[in-house]
Amino acid sequence: MSDITHPAGFRPATTEHPLTRWLLVGFAVLAMGLLVFAPLVAVFAEALRDGVTAALASLGNPDAQAAIRLTLAIAAIAVPLNAAFGIAAAWFITKFDFRGKAVLITLIDLPFSVSPVVAGLCIVLMFGANSALGGWLVAQGYPVVFALPGIVLATMFVTFPFVARELIPVMVEQGRAEEEAALTLGASGWRTFWTVTLPNIRWALLYGVLLCNARAMGEFGAVAVVSGKIRGQTATMPITIEMLYNEYLSVAAFSLAAVLSVLALVTLLFKTVLELRHADQLAATHRH
Amino acid sequence: MHIEIDGISKHFASTAALHPVSLSIPSGALVALLGPSGSGKTTLLRILGGLEFPTAGRVLFDGQDATGLSVQDRRAGVVFQSYALFRHMTVFNNIAYGLNARPRATRPAKAEIARRVTKLLDLIQLPDIGARYPSQLSGGQRQRVALARALAIEPRMLLLDEPFGALDAMVRKELRQGLRDIHDETGLTTVFVTHDQEEAMELADLVVVMSMGRIEQVGRPADIRARPATSFVRDFITA
Repeated sequence: MSDITHPAGFRPATTEHPLTRWLLVGFAVLAMGLLVFAPLVAVFAEALRDGVTAALASLGNPDAQAAIRLTLAIAAIAVPLNAAFGIAAAWFITKFDFRGKAVLITLIDLPFSVSPVVAGLCIVLMFGANSALGGWLVAQGYPVVFALPGIVLATMFVTFPFVARELIPVMVEQGRAEEEAALTLGASGWRTFWTVTLPNIRWALLYGVLLCNARAMGEFGAVAVVSGKIRGQTATMPITIEMLYNEYLSVAAFSLAAVLSVLALVTLLFKTVLELRHADQLAATHRH
Repeated sequence: MHIEIDGISKHFASTAALHPVSLSIPSGALVALLGPSGSGKTTLLRILGGLEFPTAGRVLFDGQDATGLSVQDRRAGVVFQSYALFRHMTVFNNIAYGLNARPRATRPAKAEIARRVTKLLDLIQLPDIGARYPSQLSGGQRQRVALARALAIEPRMLLLDEPFGALDAMVRKELRQGLRDIHDETGLTTVFVTHDQEEAMELADLVVVMSMGRIEQVGRPADIRARPATSFVRDFITA
């Protein structure tokens, strides 16, 4: 009702005093700038302190290259698996009624409440060379701890809740009616999933996958415990950054940190582009 | 198609939604399942559609036992309470869904599907809305699209759950006539659930009054009005 003119001194019940508004907006901008924007700028500024050549040279180092490859490989394995598990868990929880549902939801949240370091230690205890299972695996030539499988397991544990947590509220809100309608129209369960369920959850799924991906590339604590920090072999980007920083190689550390930030920014950009491209459809179907 | 419900009961956990009920629905009839909420009418409809399976009893379609028949094989055209249109698909694709879902051998060609969808859009008197999304339609239009989608699969029967529940009084009257016309034109055995006795009496050939998981009375509207079988029926139809 913006075309109604209000007499001086009166304003709609949901509108705050201009001063309050400016204070709140100002505080938000200040907080964002201080907590998000400034550190991001600092990372890039520090990386380029000795010039672009020095930064690029440090990234050309074989250990840095190995760290980038390892981190991308971990994300490429952990994210699709967690997306599949997350969809399965959300589907199971929202479309079926069974005993112990609340317990299962709590279990899915467990990685959020357990410290990543504890998660890493659990994997070391389970699969370490001193455990029965771990000893056997090492004997077979498949070490888990201090090797890629352990890092992937640790990453998957830490990032497990992201996809399921995004999907569960959306799927609860949508209910089962559309799936039931598809079944009555003769569609198989599999077809119903691909043509009705998945399209309805795709934005929540995308968001969950992006969060999962960002965390998978950035995870430090759990990976630090299980990886053994072997340079060029099991040191991921975050771990390499820490090691370089501790050795006072700050240009190298911040260059690698800048690459990690760029990877995160690219995923955000990707999401924004998709949202813009599908803006019409989003508006028409009320999905965000 | 003639539907025979033979001693159907349904228990959810420890509560009985349906005590054994039996009912014979003649081929081509327009039947109302009438009752307050919790009377078991929607459960009975879902059992007919294959979305729920009975704890005991049998369902017979044209004399054939259909109790264990899957929801896909029932070929029941179902209109859901809130219509359950596929929100990410256009109206055209909503109506074409059932035809596209058929196995390749029996799936009509693309042009044939388009022809049938156009025909159904004409039938529901909304020829120009094929390209729209469900959220861009009014409640009455959505209901009619849901009806067209259910009819597209060439169903053996039509099942409607509170088809007029979410509509305002004006649209409701109009769509009642619409359903009656479509029923008379297709000759499909049609069962709809309602809690509105006026709607049931005005629209249906046969009214089934239900309460607490039991059938209280089955009869033509005039007979039920003239001779209510129980005090519940008398109170409910005069309410």
